[in-house]
Amino acid sequence: MIHSLFLVNASGDIFLEKHWKSVVSRSVCDYFFEAQERATEPENVPPVIPTPHHYLISVLRHRIYFVAVIQSEVPPLFVIEFLHRVVDTFQDYFGVCTEAAIKDNVVVVYELLEEMLDNGFPLATESNILKELIKPPTILRTMVNTITGSTNVGEQLPTGQLSVVPWRRTGVKYTNNEAYFDVVEEIDAIIDKSGSTITAEIQGVIDACVKLTGMPDLTLSFMNPRLLDDVSFHPCVRFKRWEAERILSFIPPDGNFRLLSYHVSSQNLVAIPVYVKHNITFREGSSQGRFDLTLGPKQTMGKAVESVLVSSQLPRGVLNANLNPSQGTYTFDPVTKMLSWDVGKINPQKLPSLKGTMSLQAGASKPDENPTINIQLKIQQMAISGLKVNRLDMYGEKYKPFKGIKYMTKAGKFQVRT
Amino acid sequence: MDAGLSSLRSDAVGAMRTALVSAESLQLSLRTGLSQEEQALTQNKHSPKEIHKSGNEDLKEMLESNKESLKLEAMKRVVGLIAKGKNASELFPAVVKNVASKNIELKKLVYVYLVRYAEEQQDLALLSISTFQRALKDPNQFIRASALRVLSSIRVSIIVPIMMLAIKESAADLSPYVRKTSAHAIQKLYSLDPDQKEQLIEVIEKLLKDKSTLVAGSVVMAFEEVCPDRIDLIHKNYRKLCNLLVDVEEWGQVVIISMLTRYARTQFISPWKDGAMFDENEKAFYDSDSEEKKDETEAKPYIMDPDHRLLLRNTKPLLQSRNTAVVMSVAQLYWHLAPKHEVSIVTKSLVRLLRSHREVQYIVLQNIATMSIQRKGMFEPYMKSFYVRSTDATHIKTLKLEILTNLANEANISTILREFQTYVKSQDKAFAAATIQAIGRCATNISEVTDTCLNGLVLLLSNRDETVVAESVVVIKKLLQTQPTQHCEIIRHMAKLFDNITVPMARASILWLMGEYCERVPKIAPDVLRKMAKSFTAEEDIVKLQTVNLAAKLYLTNSKQTKLLTQYILNLGKYDQNYDIRDRTRFIRQLIVPNEKSGALNKYARRILLAPKPAPVLQSAFKDRDRFQLGTLSHSLNTKASGYQELSDWPEVAPDQSERNVEVIEPIKEWTPIVGKAGKTKKTKSDEKFYSDDEEEKEEEGSESSGSEDSSSSSSSSSEESGSESEEESSEESEKTSTDSGQSSSGSEKSSSESDSDQKKKKTKKKTKKAPQKKSKPTAADSDSDENGNGPVAQASSSSAESSSGSESDSEDDSDSDSVAPQKKKSDAKSKPKVEVKSKKEVSLLDLDDFSPAPTNAPKSTVVSSSLLSDLEGLSLSNVSSTMQVTTPSFCPMKTYELLHHMSGKGLSAKYHFPRQPCLYEPSMVSVQVILTNGSDHCLEEIHIGDRSPGSLSIHCFNTIERLEQEASVTVSMGIDFSDSTQAANFQLCTKENQFSVSIQPAVGELLMPSSLNEQDFCKEQGKLLGMNETSATIAMATANSSSQAINKHILSVANVGQVSSSQNNFHRFAGRTVSSGALVLVSLELKESSTALLTINTDKSVMASMLLRDLKQALAQA
Repeated sequence: MIHSLFLVNASGDIFLEKHWKSVVSRSVCDYFFEAQERATEPENVPPVIPTPHHYLISVLRHRIYFVAVIQSEVPPLFVIEFLHRVVDTFQDYFGVCTEAAIKDNVVVVYELLEEMLDNGFPLATESNILKELIKPPTILRTMVNTITGSTNVGEQLPTGQLSVVPWRRTGVKYTNNEAYFDVVEEIDAIIDKSGSTITAEIQGVIDACVKLTGMPDLTLSFMNPRLLDDVSFHPCVRFKRWEAERILSFIPPDGNFRLLSYHVSSQNLVAIPVYVKHNITFREGSSQGRFDLTLGPKQTMGKAVESVLVSSQLPRGVLNANLNPSQGTYTFDPVTKMLSWDVGKINPQKLPSLKGTMSLQAGASKPDENPTINIQLKIQQMAISGLKVNRLDMYGEKYKPFKGIKYMTKAGKFQVRT
Repeated sequence: MDAGLSSLRSDAVGAMRTALVSAESLQLSLRTGLSQEEQALTQNKHSPKEIHKSGNEDLKEMLESNKESLKLEAMKRVVGLIAKGKNASELFPAVVKNVASKNIELKKLVYVYLVRYAEEQQDLALLSISTFQRALKDPNQFIRASALRVLSSIRVSIIVPIMMLAIKESAADLSPYVRKTSAHAIQKLYSLDPDQKEQLIEVIEKLLKDKSTLVAGSVVMAFEEVCPDRIDLIHKNYRKLCNLLVDVEEWGQVVIISMLTRYARTQFISPWKDGAMFDENEKAFYDSDSEEKKDETEAKPYIMDPDHRLLLRNTKPLLQSRNTAVVMSVAQLYWHLAPKHEVSIVTKSLVRLLRSHREVQYIVLQNIATMSIQRKGMFEPYMKSFYVRSTDATHIKTLKLEILTNLANEANISTILREFQTYVKSQDKAFAAATIQAIGRCATNISEVTDTCLNGLVLLLSNRDETVVAESVVVIKKLLQTQPTQHCEIIRHMAKLFDNITVPMARASILWLMGEYCERVPKIAPDVLRKMAKSFTAEEDIVKLQTVNLAAKLYLTNSKQTKLLTQYILNLGKYDQNYDIRDRTRFIRQLIVPNEKSGALNKYARRILLAPKPAPVLQSAFKDRDRFQLGTLSHSLNTKASGYQELSDWPEVAPDQSERNVEVIEPIKEWTPIVGKAGKTKKTKSDEKFYSDDEEEKEEEGSESSGSEDSSSSSSSSSEESGSESEEESSEESEKTSTDSGQSSSGSEKSSSESDSDQKKKKTKKKTKKAPQKKSKPTAADSDSDENGNGPVAQASSSSAESSSGSESDSEDDSDSDSVAPQKKKSDAKSKPKVEVKSKKEVSLLDLDDFSPAPTNAPKSTVVSSSLLSDLEGLSLSNVSSTMQVTTPSFCPMKTYELLHHMSGKGLSAKYHFPRQPCLYEPSMVSVQVILTNGSDHCLEEIHIGDRSPGSLSIHCFNTIERLEQEASVTVSMGIDFSDSTQAANFQLCTKENQFSVSIQPAVGELLMPSSLNEQDFCKEQGKLLGMNETSATIAMATANSSSQAINKHILSVANVGQVSSSQNNFHRFAGRTVSSGALVLVSLELKESSTALLTINTDKSVMASMLLRDLKQALAQA
């Protein structure tokens, strides 16, 4: 299956390699570099590249390409999913997944890769098991390690892989028993010129942070489970119970994990939390363009819209923008033509606006298309789909845990065409 | 020795250098020769040393020191070197010494090093082997496993026999983890030495029998690498693999699913044949032990093999996996194996994957593109998910475009074209060009919009961007070719634009059009040729060729005006630099200009050049991708990747299905007796005589043939069938029991204590059973197949008639390893069908009981908790209710009602049914699906819902159907708020010409929606709805309806309610809410003696209650 792995940074240097079968020369990456050169944007590098003797399947995360070398037929998603899992694990271990972090922790990285894959076939990818095998580096531990010369590798051999519940280790102990759940929903929408919704759907996840002693058995029920159109679960969730009663019943992994991700279909009406009034014009022959943008809240159920960030890729002909925000700050990058406006909180009484002129390249023709506006926002304490957790119960342990549920709505791929 | 040599060398180099310095001034030629030599020398020995010396020397020192921390530090640095791809092989001797270190991390790092360099340093690597051999005997399973892992990773052919031995031993290890590692090692050994294949296959065969979920994925992987063609090894493990699948780790799932896909394609017959009987399948769904019956009913057109169904059923939950690869592999399995109408259940999950990372999107979109060509309907409802965002990467955009084009049809084309208009303006010009292509394809595929598209494209001709214009021209050219007659205008317009267009391809296209249709634009074409004659030399080759073509065609049609021009152009072409153009010119000249040599061909010149040309077909680039299995690398690349295995075609005749029997027959057989017993207890005394007869008969027969299974089978089969209805419960029970090993025995005790015979026997048996059970896998996953089998066995032998237990108990006793028992069972099962339909009684029993045990894919974990028991109760029952509600509505036969007969509707006929889904428009509405069919001899237009009388019920109408072709039918959905009454909804169904008054009157049961309650809640709610709110009646039940399955079926067919798990066998509870007001409706059915039952309905809607009661009474009284 997976033969070798190369990590390539944005400037095209291989800074780490790992081979699981016999060594593949790094010259195989030349094909990748070729494709990289051909692609205008980093995202445009094709994920699957055939070469005469190998196939390269790559994943781009945090501006690092993870290039896997494959020798024979394998489902490409298998490799892609695995590579993403590797990245997630790195992020989990080092907080960030950057070239520097990987280089600093090269030994841990190597140990991880060794455990995650045996002969090209995934072995242990569950972070709980990995953490028992290899302790994640912390500042304290690094210091202690340097003084005492001890190590990151777990002293005890893990029991996890053989425990009753493969995703949870035994003997977990906490003094404060707590379980937090974050219901985070993202709105993906395309709004057209006139402000009507072309498509909108809600993607939600429930992320959990569970720190409970022993082997708790949790059930989480919703007020309105019918909303959830399509769901995917962490392996710990009992599928049958969900099918029958629409109740999530599970023995949680220890620590942070994604319990559930769901989809609220586009058939349901999706509340769009903001509206945009825009007037972006370029006049033929003139070297000036007008830019006028106003944001306002809409269907927010009384909650404040926060951390609003508007960004737009202006046409290539725009040389500079001279704008005046009523609140927040804006930046325009004349090289990438990226305009971004950090609005902050929307005040319904005084709507934020960004007005001004754009200067165009002299003689350049009027752009065909007005730029698309991308919006990011956050609304606290509300799940836009209306999903509500009814109750959370714990069985199997005697203590009373502290429980908390937080709702949040964000904009996902929220685009306004102008 | 080495050091000595190197010092010698360096001396030599030194000497050479001094010599050089003196020689340099003397002879230049000598210098090059010498310096080459010098280079060779330094490269050989000197330079690596010089670069690494400082670093590696002290690493070596550190490694050889006594301090653990120093060694560790050194190893970390070595690993750092390896990671950077630097050569650290010379440290091998120093590193290998530490292989026996006590420090775990140091050891691990040494392993990393060994695996990397052992191949290069074979001799030295051998030093470490003995350490591993020792570790293979370590009491700790993890040490054994890691030793095997490293040992097998050392690619040194000399140790092949040692590896072979280690693998064989580990494959029999007690720890599943070690066995898993040995499965991995098989692949490694195979790639090192393919000669070991035969021996390795033996190990694989052994490991395939393994029941641990940990091992399954890895061994199938090994199977796929080593012997993918040995499909015969799978037969016996097929059902086990299917049942384990849910609990295998996700990576294993992918591998197993793709292997099973291949397997199924060789073993089952195609479910895609015409006239397939799907209702039969649905039955099979509930009836896993009806294989025998299947054989008999072979006469029917198509019946799905129950194993085939098993695979489909067990993979379905995996669509909910968080792992995208798993979802994709299930999707491809459904695509390649499921009956056509079932494939669409994967749609939603595939669309969900589109939210994932860019790379995942890319692969998923590719697969959807291929699927959407064949099955538009699958993805059409999700069309909007494929709308392009400006932030998408280009390859994602083009794929989405491809899919949108595939999905386009008459109904949605306007939406799609509007969307395309936005794309055409995109700043990403490559994408804009692709959009134009897509518009072209839509235009050819859907004749209605051809003109619109063409006009749109013509507008684009005045676009400022060259690529857009060029692409438009090319596409217009193709479109015009399909219908040239009406479009002189466009050709003229294009001729006008000709001067402004510079892209060669576009120019060439216009020229070709001019030539092809020169007779339609008689004035313009010669003028264009004149312009071309002027600029001929400056044009691109492709334009030149078309100019020559144009000239030739004009010469033939309009020689008076163009003769000289043509001559001129041909002369220019004759001396062109490009030989293609010279050739073409020469050919054309001979063809069109008559001279003595040209002969016969000349006469036909006109017919040759102006022959009508077939219009090009604009096709999807994904047209032929379906030759590759979906989800594979080959599919993604559209070329055959190395190691790709073709998916075979369905066999004409299914290979012997009894090949697979071994495993599953066992639990079935084991279950039968319980089942018989449970059935007995449940049917109570009313049927006692019936049953006791049966039992007597059984006993007789049993005693007649005490030892031989064959003859006793008729009786056992009858008992099996009769009992199978209660299998649901029994499996539920067994699930309960298996959830925790401690309780399992008590569970079995409970149930078996009901039978008063054979207590002692049972006790002893239980003892034998307990041992393996406790030890057995922690996961209760496979409860239905193996582990769980143990629980019931105890009950089984005790409760069943003595006759069968006589022979069985023997086998049971030694079947701890379940190797002996299966064989016997197999023979049992085979003989069953023959005797089955002996007596009338049995037949009737068969009919009412054909359903299967709940598919027990089972809960994932087993933890002792009080709540779990009740949890699990819900779990096993879930299958029934959920399948009835949502998952497979086909099970619960949807009654279709006539809305409009085609006679009274002047050809338009309408039928409706209640899909029992929550209404999309408003929650208080009942959703109704209307199927409109045009039975007239002309197209019907503008079908819509007309005026409704004021004050009538609120109705959400369907969108107007613009056009319905002859013989076509369309399904639309609408919502009606009946406000909880059975009052009919009257409205008018209108076409362009006519209006028909129609009415929809709902059955009372359709005004409900299922509500999920558990038993306690049910009782609590019931307590609140007493007195006035309670309606009850004693009803007579048809005997056929006394099984819980039949009851469920009947009740659910009448009313859209949800089943409530019940702890009592003779109690059935159902709960629902009225759609409009949400009032609770509780139905409970208590089975009484002599086929009567007490039916109680609690709700505050008393009218409804009485109506519902009447309906239910009727349904249950029917046989």
